[in-house]
Amino acid sequence: MIEWAMAASVTVVAAAGLYLASSRDLVAISVGLALLGAAVNLFVFAAGRLGQATPPLIAPGAAGPLAAVANPVPQALVLTAIVIGFTFACFGIALALALAAHDRRADADALEQAEPPPQPDGSPGELP
Amino acid sequence: MSSALAAAPVLVPLLTAALTVALARRPRRQRAASLGGALILLLCCAALLHGAASGVVVTTRFGDWAAPFAIAFRIDRAAALMLTVNAVLALAVLVWPSRGSALATPFGPPLAHGLLAGACGAYAMADLFNLYVWFEVMLIAALGLIVAGRKPAQLEAGLKYLVLNLFGTIVLLGAVTGLYGLTGQLSYSALGLALAERGNDPLALLLGAMLIVALLIKAGAFPFLFWLPAAYPVLPPPVLALLTALSTKVGAYALLRILYEVFPAGAPTYAPILGWLACATMIAGVMGAVYHYDLRRILAFHSVSQMGYILLAAALGGAAGIAAALFFSIHHILVKANLYLIAGMIARRAGHYDLRRIGALARSDRALAILFALNAAALVGIPPLSGFWAKLLILREGVAQDRYVWMALALCTGGLTLLSMAKIWIEAFWKPHPAPPTAPAPAQLSGAWVSCGALSLLALAMGLMPGPLIDFLTAAAGTMAPPMPGPAP
Repeated sequence: MIEWAMAASVTVVAAAGLYLASSRDLVAISVGLALLGAAVNLFVFAAGRLGQATPPLIAPGAAGPLAAVANPVPQALVLTAIVIGFTFACFGIALALALAAHDRRADADALEQAEPPPQPDGSPGELP
Repeated sequence: MSSALAAAPVLVPLLTAALTVALARRPRRQRAASLGGALILLLCCAALLHGAASGVVVTTRFGDWAAPFAIAFRIDRAAALMLTVNAVLALAVLVWPSRGSALATPFGPPLAHGLLAGACGAYAMADLFNLYVWFEVMLIAALGLIVAGRKPAQLEAGLKYLVLNLFGTIVLLGAVTGLYGLTGQLSYSALGLALAERGNDPLALLLGAMLIVALLIKAGAFPFLFWLPAAYPVLPPPVLALLTALSTKVGAYALLRILYEVFPAGAPTYAPILGWLACATMIAGVMGAVYHYDLRRILAFHSVSQMGYILLAAALGGAAGIAAALFFSIHHILVKANLYLIAGMIARRAGHYDLRRIGALARSDRALAILFALNAAALVGIPPLSGFWAKLLILREGVAQDRYVWMALALCTGGLTLLSMAKIWIEAFWKPHPAPPTAPAPAQLSGAWVSCGALSLLALAMGLMPGPLIDFLTAAAGTMAPPMPGPAP
C-alpha cells in the first residue's frame, strides 16, 4: 500500500516538474527542475525499501544490529541529494531573476544574446 | 596497495580552494596560493602515475569502513594518467594571464580549484553515487565561473548550461538510484559483478540506458549538445579552456568506465546506438564550425565534433577502442584547450574574435601564426602530430570491426575540420586587415606564451613519440575491460 502511494507521489511530482520545466518562463523552468529533483529524491529514499524497521543503531558492546534495521545508505544518499538539489534550485531561481531584471522579461524564447540569430543575409550573427 | 596519496587529487584542490577564499582580498598572494596548489596537485598526480605505471591499483577507503559504506578512491593506470593531464592543464590555464576574465575576480581561483576538485574526484573514485556528487560539484563551480563576468550574455549562457546539465544530473541520480535498488551496490566493480549475475535483465538495461543518456548530456553528444555552443562562446579564454578540458571529458571517461566495467553484458546492445549517436555528434558539430565566423563559436562547435570521435572510439570498445578513446581525450584536452587560449591571444592582438573584423596577423605576428598553425594541424590530424595518431587508432579499430560507414563519416568530419581550420587561417592570418590597422594593443602576453608554448610542446611530444603512450593506454584499457568476444555479426 505504502509502495503504491510512494510511486504515485513520485509520478505526480515528476510530472508537475516536467510540465513546469518545459514552459517558457525562466522562473518556472527553475522551479520545475527543482520539483523534478524532489521527485528523484523521493525515489532515492524509496530505494532503501519502505516498511517498518528499527533505526540502524548498534547497541553498545554488540558487533552488529540485533534485529532487521532500516537501510541507512539511501538515507545518507538522499540527504546529500537534497542539499545539492536545494543549492541548484536557489541558484537557478536567482539566475532567472537576474536575467529578468536585465530585459524585463523572463521568456526562454527571448534569450538571444549568447547565441545571436543569423543576420538577414544568412551570415552568422555577431557576438557581443 | 593502499595509500593516503590516492585522496590527494581531491584534497589538494579542495584545500587550495579554501585557502584562496581566505586570501580573496589579497590578489597577489591568492594567485601565488592558486599556482602553488596546482603545482602540488601536479606533483601528487605524477607520483600516482609513477606508482600506477607498474600496474598497481592504489585504493584507499575513507575512515577505513567496509566496502559498501566507505567512500573509496581507486586509481589505476587510466585514472592516474587522466588526473595528471588534468593537473598539467590546470596549471597551464592558471599561468595564462587572467586579467579581465572571471579568474581575476576574487572568487575566480576558488571556483577554478573547485572545478578541478570535481573533475579529479570523478576520475579518482569508482563509485556511482560519488560520480553524481562530483558532477554536481563541477556543475556549480562551472556555473560560478560562467556568470562571474555578470554580462547579460553570460547570465544567459549560465542559465542554458544550468538547465540542460541539471536535467542530466537528475537523470543520472535516478539511474544510480534504480541500480542501487536493483542490486544494493554502488561501486563499479561490485555493480559489475551483481549485474553480470542478472544477465540481460531488461530493467537493468533500461537503467543502464538512462545512465548513458545522462553521461551523453554531460559529454555534449548529439542530440543533447545544445548547452555547449550556447555557453562556451561568451566566456573568457582561460575559463573556456578549463571548462572544455575538464567537463565534457569527464563525461566521456565515466561513460567508458560504466560501459565496460559496470555493463559488460549490456555493452554489445548499447554500442551500435552509441556509435550512430557519435557519428551524428561529429557531423553536427563540424557543420556548425564550418558555418560560423566567430573564433569562439567555431571552436565550441569543434569541441562537440571532437567529442563525437571520443564517443565513436568508446562505441568500438575492446582494449583497442578504449585505448583510442583515452588517447583522443588526452590529445583533445591538450590541443583544444590550447587553441582556446591561442584564440584569446589572437583576440588580444587583433582586438576581436569575429574573423570578419580581423586579418593580416601572419605579417604582424609570425610567432603567433606558427603557434596557431601547429595546434590547428594537430587538431585536424596532419601527420605526424597527435591528432593523426588519435584518428589513426580509431580508424584502425573501426576497420578491424568492419564499421566502414562510421569510418567514412569520421573521415568526412576530418575533411570538414580541415576546412574550418583553413578558414580561421585565411581570415585571421592571411587576408588583409578589413579596417585600416590601428596600433596593436600593447597586450602583456608573456604568461600566455609560457602556457601555450608548454602545451604545444607536450602535444608535439605526444605526436612525435606516440609509442610509449599507446602502450601505456593499451595496458590501461586491458585492465578496464574484460577481453570482449568478437564483434557481433
